[in-house]
Amino acid sequence: MFEIFTDLASWLVYDLLGLTADTKLGDALHFFVEDVTKIFVLLLGMIYLIALLRASLNVEKVRDFLAGKNKGLGYFLASGFGAITPFCSCSSIPVFLGFTSAGIPVGITMAFLLTSPLINEVAVLLLLSLLGWKFTLLYILVGISVGILGGLFLDTIRAERWLQSFAAKALEKGQAQQVQSLDESVPSMSYKERHQFAKSETLEIFSRVWKWVIIGVGLGAALHGFVPDGWIEQHLGAGQWWSVPAAVLVGIPLYSNATGVIPVMESLIVNGLPIGTALAFCMSTVAASFPEFVLLKQVMQWRLLAILFAMLLLSFTLVGWIFNSVSFLM
Amino acid sequence: MLKFKVLGSGCTKCKSTAQLIEDNAQALGVDVSVEKVQDPAQIMAYSVMSTPAVVMDENVVFKGGVPSKDQVVSWLQSA
Repeated sequence: MFEIFTDLASWLVYDLLGLTADTKLGDALHFFVEDVTKIFVLLLGMIYLIALLRASLNVEKVRDFLAGKNKGLGYFLASGFGAITPFCSCSSIPVFLGFTSAGIPVGITMAFLLTSPLINEVAVLLLLSLLGWKFTLLYILVGISVGILGGLFLDTIRAERWLQSFAAKALEKGQAQQVQSLDESVPSMSYKERHQFAKSETLEIFSRVWKWVIIGVGLGAALHGFVPDGWIEQHLGAGQWWSVPAAVLVGIPLYSNATGVIPVMESLIVNGLPIGTALAFCMSTVAASFPEFVLLKQVMQWRLLAILFAMLLLSFTLVGWIFNSVSFLM
Repeated sequence: MLKFKVLGSGCTKCKSTAQLIEDNAQALGVDVSVEKVQDPAQIMAYSVMSTPAVVMDENVVFKGGVPSKDQVVSWLQSA
């Protein structure tokens, strides 16, 4: 099904530009054209289809659904919803406060917010098309687990102690209240409204991520064409235990969304980087970013922020080590 | 005078929302004030979770994105 993109790239790079496959430039350029066209077409088509399906899902509904739910189930559901609910990362603070003032425990709210950047439809699509369904499934399971375990951990250490005082008050008030549906009843959407939503959603997401695809695939192409075969395997292979925490640390200042990182990850894996190291790098780039943490400062005290940060770094490192040691299963 | 508030964390979308209201108000000759609200506690008070959101005379009229031009015009003309 994807051969058409290979053919297109061959035609453009080899026939039209007259480059050959055995030059570095030709090889890298072919990789670039093939991946960019494939990803663009997939993104446009699939974001539209997925947006049609989830047109009526929004953070307000998730909040009402989670409020007053059994705690054990709550982490699981919150993390699952984090994966599929659309919201702009600039809304994290209002979402945090909205959940909190509905009396939802901090851990459950954070399970939602942690999973959200890790898993979204764009990331899943890219993984499916570049790295296959096994890796995609693995990625989704790991992402959801990080959310659930992170949330559990935060509630176990009673993280609500270290909220900023106004947020802590809102939480207390929310938990004291009888649970009630806060939602103004949303009328179900007609097909036309769904189409309208899906169209604007597609354009909005695409206009946001296309440059990341170019940058990500461009870096991937450079790695593909110019880093000698075996170099990565030799220097950053599974034998080097320190390569995982190093990948996590390198990922922190690099702030990107999943769209930009996944093409880079693909070429790293193809070039021999162990899967666990690649996963750790990807998750650290996507989920642990300084801008996000500066925003969270508005609702959390430094202490909680530091704990959260350390927790993320530790869990990504563990994920990396675990997958490097079991990668023979893949 | 119509009092608008744009709730949001100061991201690009919030700025373009505020700009959109100001521009259209000027074009229609409607007297407005547009205030950008970034304080999370205040945003919470309107129980808004998806930003940017638009508050007109203390009522939340829109949330979760940049409103369309038609919507902005209809608010301005409702005055």
